[in-house]
Amino acid sequence: MKSRYDVLVIGGGPAGALAGKTAAEKGLSALIVEKRPAIGAPVRCAEGIGKEALHEFIDPDPRWISAEMTGATIVAPDGFVMKLGSAMAGSKVGYVLDRKIFDRELVWKATEAGCDSMVKSRAAAPILENGVVKGARIDYAGKTTDVRADVVIAADGVESKFSRWCGIDTTVPVREIMSSVQYVMTDIDIDEYSTVFYLGNEVAPEGYLWVFPKGKRSANVGIGISGKKSGSGHRAKDYLDRFVKKTFPEGKTIEYIPGGVSVCRPLGCTVADGLIIAGDAARVVDPLTGGGIYNAMYTGRLAAEVAAVCIGKGDVSKKSLMMYDRSWRESKLGKSIERNYLIKEYLIKQPDTKLNDIIHSVSAINLKEFTTMNLIKEIIRANPKLVLELGALAASLR
Amino acid sequence: MKKKANMIDRMLNVRRDICGYCGCCVSVCPEGALELIDAYLSVENNCTSCGICAKVCPLGALEVVDEKQV
Repeated sequence: MKSRYDVLVIGGGPAGALAGKTAAEKGLSALIVEKRPAIGAPVRCAEGIGKEALHEFIDPDPRWISAEMTGATIVAPDGFVMKLGSAMAGSKVGYVLDRKIFDRELVWKATEAGCDSMVKSRAAAPILENGVVKGARIDYAGKTTDVRADVVIAADGVESKFSRWCGIDTTVPVREIMSSVQYVMTDIDIDEYSTVFYLGNEVAPEGYLWVFPKGKRSANVGIGISGKKSGSGHRAKDYLDRFVKKTFPEGKTIEYIPGGVSVCRPLGCTVADGLIIAGDAARVVDPLTGGGIYNAMYTGRLAAEVAAVCIGKGDVSKKSLMMYDRSWRESKLGKSIERNYLIKEYLIKQPDTKLNDIIHSVSAINLKEFTTMNLIKEIIRANPKLVLELGALAASLR
Repeated sequence: MKKKANMIDRMLNVRRDICGYCGCCVSVCPEGALELIDAYLSVENNCTSCGICAKVCPLGALEVVDEKQV
């Protein structure tokens, strides 16, 4: 570790790794600090990602792909099953990753590009001078070191403490945190090629329960419920235990994974003087699916690209770094976050009977391109009345 | 300033045998009073015992209790 870098990245998840890798590729000196003792662990993720989304960043490698998906299944509150398949039967539509290995691979690629990396190294406070972020105080092995940088990229995940210390309110509203638990289970009867999503107020209030295959008889079995609906006796763990007892009574649990996923709108502004916020820390998780891996890699890479331009110009002020904020908001990603936020807001207000109606109307769909957007379009096609209910939003869906 | 009698002596207790150090609580704390230091959840003095974290915890590891009980 040096005491000065062009770019200091807080957090060694997918956002931080892509930020560090991109910065190094642009010829900048960069350091990733990860507070945990290992990159990738503990996992806080259901590990699903779309095929195209992954390919945009990295070629798939069997070392960190647990399973390839060819379809998805949605189970309505009344138990009715809707199957989603690819227009080309049997072709893969997505992956369930092994994040412990995947995250390591991403950081390894960053270091290969020339980025430095430190683990069990915690950013304990920002270095602020006249309100400008100039680096961070790093705690490592009982010693505190000041690391100065032209730009700090905060990629510190759902906790998003670093930006908060810089004066940015990153608090997630209670109703928009998905309080989550997941078990990695083995010895269970599943369709190893299809993800399954269970909906309904009894199963997962204002959220969903998932079964994401990790192999032949193994899966991530997890749930997220709205923080608003969580409380003593009816927490995420209570709902999941009830489901597991009923559905996989013989299954064995080999990993226990609690977590929080934000499904709010992104931060009002994702930059400050000398600071860029990326990934979960910027609240750019897809509010409808809770998926965050792609969005993290996308914003992490963009953060470093913008940092490189601004450092090159000798201007890392908020005004200059705003290029980052504007770019992701105007991108396909930014637009889909906003659209999916509105769809989520609509769906969580619907009673189970309504969700049943919607899902019954489309018992089987074959999508040309396997995206949430295409699914929504198909659902609307089968439920013309939804157009009226969705109001202005519907226009943007066509 | 004297606190009201019913507000006094309330504090956040972390059940460390239950906590899975996931950070869900950290993200909702309006005071920024919680921090996850690797696998240890720390509670700062500015905690107001509002109980939001206790509500959202997926495992039930947090509770607002009477200080005298601890």
